[in-house]
Amino acid sequence: MPKLIKNGGIVDDADRDILTIEQWAALDSKTDSAVQLEPGDLIDPLFEHLDELTLVAVNFPVFTDGRGFSYGRELREKGYAGELRAVGAFIRDQLDYLSRCGFNAFQLEDESQLPAALTSLDQFSERYQADIDQPQPLFRRRS
Amino acid sequence: MYIYDQYDQKIVDERVDQFRGQTQRFLNGELSEAAFLPLRLQNGLYVQRLAPMLRIAVPYGLLSSTQLRKLAEITRTYDKGYAHVSTRQNIQLNWPLLEEVPDILADLASVQMHAIQTSGNCIRNTTTDQFAGVASDELEDPRPYCEIVRQWSTLHPEFAFLPRKFKIAVCGTEEDRAAIHSHDIGLELVPNADGEIGFKVLVGGGLGRTPVIGSVVCEWLEKKHLLTYLEAILRVYNQHGRRDNKYKARIKILVKAMGVDDFREAVAAEWVSLKDGPSTLTEEEIARAKTFFTRPAYAQFDSEASAAALATQKEADPIFGNWVKRNTVAHQISGYRAVTISLKATGFAPGDITDEQLELLADLADQHSFGELRTTHQQNIVLADVEQASLYALWQKLQGVGLATANIGYLTDMICCPGGDYCSLANAKSIPVAEAIQTRFDDLDYMYDLGPIEVNISGCMNACGHHHIGHIGILGVDKKGQEFYQVCLGGSQSKEAAIGKILGPSFRQQDMPDVMDKILSTYVDLRSEEENFLETYRRVGIVPFKERVYAKAD
Repeated sequence: MPKLIKNGGIVDDADRDILTIEQWAALDSKTDSAVQLEPGDLIDPLFEHLDELTLVAVNFPVFTDGRGFSYGRELREKGYAGELRAVGAFIRDQLDYLSRCGFNAFQLEDESQLPAALTSLDQFSERYQADIDQPQPLFRRRS
Repeated sequence: MYIYDQYDQKIVDERVDQFRGQTQRFLNGELSEAAFLPLRLQNGLYVQRLAPMLRIAVPYGLLSSTQLRKLAEITRTYDKGYAHVSTRQNIQLNWPLLEEVPDILADLASVQMHAIQTSGNCIRNTTTDQFAGVASDELEDPRPYCEIVRQWSTLHPEFAFLPRKFKIAVCGTEEDRAAIHSHDIGLELVPNADGEIGFKVLVGGGLGRTPVIGSVVCEWLEKKHLLTYLEAILRVYNQHGRRDNKYKARIKILVKAMGVDDFREAVAAEWVSLKDGPSTLTEEEIARAKTFFTRPAYAQFDSEASAAALATQKEADPIFGNWVKRNTVAHQISGYRAVTISLKATGFAPGDITDEQLELLADLADQHSFGELRTTHQQNIVLADVEQASLYALWQKLQGVGLATANIGYLTDMICCPGGDYCSLANAKSIPVAEAIQTRFDDLDYMYDLGPIEVNISGCMNACGHHHIGHIGILGVDKKGQEFYQVCLGGSQSKEAAIGKILGPSFRQQDMPDVMDKILSTYVDLRSEEENFLETYRRVGIVPFKERVYAKAD
């Protein structure tokens, strides 16, 4: 069974269908649905169904395409509380930024990297900006 | 200047640790070349023609004497004893070893410096007017906002993998010395109808292959909205900027493709959910930022007496008089001048500075300018707060180390990228062209007679030497493996910003001094009294220059 990082631990991936945004849009009932976003997808249709979605995967076909970072942040800002999973060619050095953009699950192409990747999540103990982990920017927290 | 607290220091220190680990993994073969590339770039490290190049951030150009001494030590320990001031106010090392870069970064962190995001497809160093805080035509000091933008953009989680690099410049004066029209975002401090100061926001300016003057997306933005509005712009760009072609990936192309009105609407739509959120600036934060850019303890003078003394010194020593006239400008405080130290002496690569010169400047900053210095995007160094009465002593010390060249704003004060001597992107060398022009026009009287003129040289399309906005711009091009130079005229980086027009077919390197001679003598023949080069060009157009330069010899 494939493994991934979820909520700070390495877990087995549950076997489930993840739909493209077109397939997902065609569903009659969106309850307990799962969708995978590709760079360039328009994500607005998701906003009405954020409570029904249980998994949003965001694909990074190449790790240098940063559109997925904005998807993550926008979905969380709109109130999505389910699993937000990065999939594809992203690299472990991006986990900190991804997590700050609201991702809580990471499916690396090379599973053997997972334990090392976990350490990337706590390289930084402070940050300037407001983000999903820390909604208050540093300037509102400075003492 | 801004002083780190424990939070700033921790962020920079942890970044050094992170990069040390990444470098180690790369050297061990655990991290591929392709994966390491953007990571090292976002820590300032390029791999160049002959060696790596490390670009060190100088936030909005401000340095302390302590930082300058550390830079001198770093150039000696890890490099060849000199550094280079870049056209975005940063400092570059040309010969570091990749393995040693984490140590260099740790040394920099010990004096509150870093190389974060000086390269790569992310938000780069925010730049501003080198005379910020002392300029006599200043509406408000832009530096507190530069620092606020620096903190917001540093390790921003959403905008580290943009379609392309992203540059922000801020200006708070009548005369634009920060080239805000040529930046991805230009911010200008302006009053609204009620006299409250906010930001005019320009987007989509840029040089490179497709030079564009920025468009106004917001006439006046309340200060507290600065970061949320920037975030909305960046989000639109991150989502919609082109990623299929690196030459069409800058925000200027997106703004052109969408049209500025649609772009403005897209930003407004994104802004709805960000506006008034936690990133809205508080009055306390703006006040806190301002506390770092207060006026130093200026002395009170008998200004008449000090002006008279200076006049006597100038008369007694005309060389000094020339230097005062060309290299110093008026200050907000009477009895003080802001001094520009030229890094454009003939025979030295423009913008280069040796370790000894760095140390001497650190001492001079301590003695004469409250221990602070600024780098300029014209690749010079400024001591912003010099007592008029100390100018002569300062000038004498500068003369002793070859730093008293009196050419600021004149022909030989050229902006020049490192070019083909160092840079792997370059099509042609730029330093030898600059040197050949400096050598040809070494007659000071002729140079002063020509008046203020900006000559900008880039070794390739990427336009690090800002050739499009030089009054005379020179661009190195590759013609079937040969280095040639294209000339454009009439560019300007002022508020009446303009992109230069190409004169005609390009020239061989050895012909460039003659070409310059013809351009300049055309100007001298055609100028009316008091008219500078740009004004004459704007009046007569490009044709007379073209005719003279390309005239067939009979």
